Amino acid sequence: MNDVSHDAGQRLAVAKTYKFFVGGAFIRPESGRTYPVTTAIDSADAHHVNAPRASRKDLREAVRVAAGAWKGWAERTATNRGQILYRIAEMLEARREELHQQLVRSGSSAGDAKVEIEASIDRCVYYAGFTDKYQSLLASANPTGGPHFVFTLPESMGVVGVVAPEEAPLLGLLSMALPALVGGNVVVVITSECRPLVGLVLGELLATSDVPAGVVNILSGPSAELATELAKHREVAAIHVVADVPQTLIDVERLGAGSIKRVKGEGHVFVERLYTPRGQGLSAIERWIEPKTIWHPVAI
Amino acid sequence: MNANTAVHVPATIIASAPRIDRVMVEERAASFSKRSLKKASKVRGLRLAISMMDLTSLEGKDTAGKVEALCRKALRPLDRDPSVPSCAAVCVYPNLVPVAKRELAGTSVQIASVATAFPSGLSPLSIKLDDVRRAVDFGADEIDMVIDRGAFLSGHYAKVFDEIAATKEASGKAHLKVILETGELGSYDLVRAASDLAIAAGADFIKTSTGKVQPAATPGVVLVMLQAIADHYRKTGIKIGMKPAGGVRHAKQALAYLVMVKETLGDDWLSPHLFRFGASALLNDVLLQLEKDRLGVYHADDDFSRD
Repeated sequence: MNDVSHDAGQRLAVAKTYKFFVGGAFIRPESGRTYPVTTAIDSADAHHVNAPRASRKDLREAVRVAAGAWKGWAERTATNRGQILYRIAEMLEARREELHQQLVRSGSSAGDAKVEIEASIDRCVYYAGFTDKYQSLLASANPTGGPHFVFTLPESMGVVGVVAPEEAPLLGLLSMALPALVGGNVVVVITSECRPLVGLVLGELLATSDVPAGVVNILSGPSAELATELAKHREVAAIHVVADVPQTLIDVERLGAGSIKRVKGEGHVFVERLYTPRGQGLSAIERWIEPKTIWHPVAI
Repeated sequence: MNANTAVHVPATIIASAPRIDRVMVEERAASFSKRSLKKASKVRGLRLAISMMDLTSLEGKDTAGKVEALCRKALRPLDRDPSVPSCAAVCVYPNLVPVAKRELAGTSVQIASVATAFPSGLSPLSIKLDDVRRAVDFGADEIDMVIDRGAFLSGHYAKVFDEIAATKEASGKAHLKVILETGELGSYDLVRAASDLAIAAGADFIKTSTGKVQPAATPGVVLVMLQAIADHYRKTGIKIGMKPAGGVRHAKQALAYLVMVKETLGDDWLSPHLFRFGASALLNDVLLQLEKDRLGVYHADDDFSRD
């Protein structure tokens, strides 16, 4: 039998169309636009790949979907949120090879890619463990002069916008999104602009790791432009931007003020810290928490 | 009307109602959502949509306080922008009509009340007519009645016809909107037949749904009803109004319906006198779009009052 598919020289490889991950589905950009991403010259399959280019409308849709998913995520039990974040680690572990290939294609050395993936998996496990602990660590019983109990409890904020760094496209993205997720927030993530593919592949992996639809939404495109749109959107409660261009950070601060958004803008120092103990911690969770203080009479 | 015509006329209306091609109706109805309305024309369309809204609250838990808030919102949908037009009407249960009357006396906002044993319509005619008269006495300017779908589907067209005619009489000066509850009729043929029947029996408006049954207003159903109105206008020169209700939640849907109305019936119907949206969630979505246009920033759900 003469099966053409056995003839390796004749076979045309099937190229993948990379898509956004929004509301648990893989969608194309509303505008249909893509942008070329150059892969490393010396990688096995060096060629141009197109990544989807998000417009303002794609962002608006992602924010709408995320806002709808917020309540369900925040109301899940702490244990369940932890199980789901741990499941992400499991799926990362299972698809190491694909992630490795993506990182190498986008310019990492094989060794660096391995280190980044392992650190990413560990980071998921680290934050998974925090979901039922941060409440006790951040809550307080406050002193007061009157006959009241005064408690402060951490609550989630809502939609947190994340604009991931250009470098460390996987570890950087996860190190920003995970602490927001721990606290019951939902995220709209803009991947690294130059190296978006690993972030988009992460979406495929999240789709199979019990993360409820809409809790994590991943877009790629012109980061600086999308960051300012996120900063303007009033439904977005907070935004975390890592950018090398200081003007982007200034714009985000200024535009975020319009809706009294909580804004955290950082430069390259964020990436430098990623592999150190300061790359993770309770303070990152606390950043996306709204403290609620309750006064309760001691007796009636 | 004597007994003979009462039985005969409705049966003729039903028999002569045209059959509807489901595939073509749905395809044509879907085509109206593909027009690109941007910038100034979009803003005009959205403002027009607000001025055509029957802001509705028909829940068992409705209170005087809630209806007062609803009335204030209908009167001035966006407190920070007084140029946004008032809604056409509020739509409430009869018991809450006096509350609405107190809030809206002397304003342009009409008071619509559902009556005739809404939403099922399965009560004796005398009770339904009493319901209508009381709502009118309480101050309702418009009556939204339901047809007895059970009778219609059993072929008792004369009963449905007579009940509409009797309700029209009981409504007096109040405008009568006849709810067909298309989600329970089952086919476009029956939607068209019921539209023709309601129009012949004296409806001022025909309305798709109570909002209590899914599917409610769908583009296909609305198009079929608009065509019934168009045919009646061509035959008699009388303009009947249309009110899609239930399921219209997004500004884009509202714009698509406006396009459908314009291209099926013409500009005369682009007025709250002849076209209404029965809606509650729609208003906030339209305001969201208007504010986006005015301030250049996407707004949050919480930026608008919930009703």
